[in-house]
Amino acid sequence: MTPSDTATTAPNSPLTPPTPAPGSDPRPAHGQTPARLVVEIRDVSKSFGRVPALSNVTILVPESRITVLLGPNGAGKTTAIRIITGALTPDRGTVRTFGFDPDRFGEDVRRRCGVVSAKPALYDRLSGWDNLSYSAELYGLGRNATKQIREAAGRFGIVDALDQQVGGYSTGMKTRLALSRAVLHNPDLLLFDEPTSGLDPESSHAVLDLIRDMTGEARTVVMCTHLLVEAEGLADQIVVLENGTDLIHGTQAELTRRYWPGDVVRLDAEDPDQLDLLWGMEGVLGLDRREGVSELQVDDVRRVPELVAALVAAGVRLTRVDPFNPSLEDLYFAIRRERRAPDAGQGLGVFPEVTR
Amino acid sequence: MNYSRMMTVMRTDLKHLAQSKDFWVPMMLLGGIFFVVIPTILLSIINSIGNVGAVQQVSQALQLLPEAAQAAVPQGADAGTKVSYVLAVYLLAPIAVIVPLTISTAVGSSSIVGERERGTGEFLAHSPATVKEIYLGKLIASLIPGYLTTVVGFGLYSLMVNLIVGPDAGGWFFPTPSWWLLILWVLPPFLLIALSLVLRLSARVKSTAAAQQAAGLITFPLILIAYGQSTGALFGGAAVGVSIVMGAVAWAIGFALLFSGMRSLTRARLLGVANEA
Repeated sequence: MTPSDTATTAPNSPLTPPTPAPGSDPRPAHGQTPARLVVEIRDVSKSFGRVPALSNVTILVPESRITVLLGPNGAGKTTAIRIITGALTPDRGTVRTFGFDPDRFGEDVRRRCGVVSAKPALYDRLSGWDNLSYSAELYGLGRNATKQIREAAGRFGIVDALDQQVGGYSTGMKTRLALSRAVLHNPDLLLFDEPTSGLDPESSHAVLDLIRDMTGEARTVVMCTHLLVEAEGLADQIVVLENGTDLIHGTQAELTRRYWPGDVVRLDAEDPDQLDLLWGMEGVLGLDRREGVSELQVDDVRRVPELVAALVAAGVRLTRVDPFNPSLEDLYFAIRRERRAPDAGQGLGVFPEVTR
Repeated sequence: MNYSRMMTVMRTDLKHLAQSKDFWVPMMLLGGIFFVVIPTILLSIINSIGNVGAVQQVSQALQLLPEAAQAAVPQGADAGTKVSYVLAVYLLAPIAVIVPLTISTAVGSSSIVGERERGTGEFLAHSPATVKEIYLGKLIASLIPGYLTTVVGFGLYSLMVNLIVGPDAGGWFFPTPSWWLLILWVLPPFLLIALSLVLRLSARVKSTAAAQQAAGLITFPLILIAYGQSTGALFGGAAVGVSIVMGAVAWAIGFALLFSGMRSLTRARLLGVANEA
């Protein structure tokens, strides 16, 4: 019996894609009902010799969402992708992709996944068509292959280049061909490992747009990147990895709210020490004094005029008052600051109690 | 085992190889030199110089051959024809061993490590193909160029030998039964043994250059053994049974290495991840 059979005939079998357990499902994006989990990585560790690649990592990927694995090089993002498809076996922990153990049912899992790795992984001496055809045959597309190759290539605008040898493609074209190959067999789960690596800004933008479009077709996407600007606006859920551990996960709005529970204003004064007067004023939740600029957190942004007036009345000469909407980059560095100095949280963005 | 996927891997590897002129042109030259150029020059010279003293001396030395081999030499022919016959049938046997082993191990040594170097190992590791299908597909793809070169070269060699030596040796005489046995029964298992070892190496080393160095270490003694066995099979003359047994043993070793080799390839090795032995 194949896993696919099991999934359709025995809904209570251990092989059936599970209903998320209470408390295990990440909060859905856009305030919708909880989504089914396509990938569950729980307490997974993986080492290469003595080098740990993942340490007790938990990543939960909801269906039809874009989950971005964010982290610097060596954070364990690529290893996570490889474990999801069963290309690598974890040393400890459990992995379920579509509810199946990819180590046991790898063939069935991989047939439903489309992967684009950081290096396009194409056969340079073969034509674009041959590259797609190879994939089509391995994924068993059979008679529909020709039609699907044309559709996939057409979608990414490379039909005219299919007869050329891939070695002559530009980096952008190679990425488009790799994307075409990844969607060729109509996978349910798309895994992108730094798909814009080496692309110019325009091509990167185009690729990200294509990825965004794909979730409109109810596909689940997991994307690795170390580029914060890519994740911003694209991610429904963010998982921050560092040194093989998952620091935090959630939607950008959730995470921002956890690190900056109130509204934030950036301000500065001729004598920054005078800003300490803000402590104790009504509505002030925190003040993060840093060189050059300080971040004031208030329970409501409408209090700012009153606070500014109070400071001015106290003789403080303000040089800057800016409303501040934390970007993903601000969030990322706040998370990493917290990680490095978990007990140093006096200012904004450093709240030890909100760690995962 | 999905044979269709295995054949797909094989076909793609061959297609990739066919696009690599820098690889197959030297290999074709190698086959051409060993199977056609050297034998043609050698046999033509011996045929044209006739019964000079040196040829007479070599002809005398033919008495050192095993009796069965001596019996197969045309008895009424002159010394030059006898030398040509012995050269064609017995002494040029190594070409049937060296050429396929050299070509196939060159292809095989880069087959898995080459996937890693290109980054395409990542694609294969994430594909539904099992590692056994990938391994076997690559092994067959490595075997075909060497064996095909040998079959084509063997055909040309047979034609050339019959055209040059045949008229004086009483008609077309080549290939002899022992050569058929060598090409169809003894050589393939030696190729299998070599490729099983070479692919195992290719899965483990870090670069194609390292794989080729290591493959040379493996194939050199194997060429010597195969040469010894093949000439033995040819000299055996009537001892066809010995050749059959020898081939059977080689097949058994070849399959044993093949099955253990299949287990040596893992997805982690396709990815080039360290310490995933």
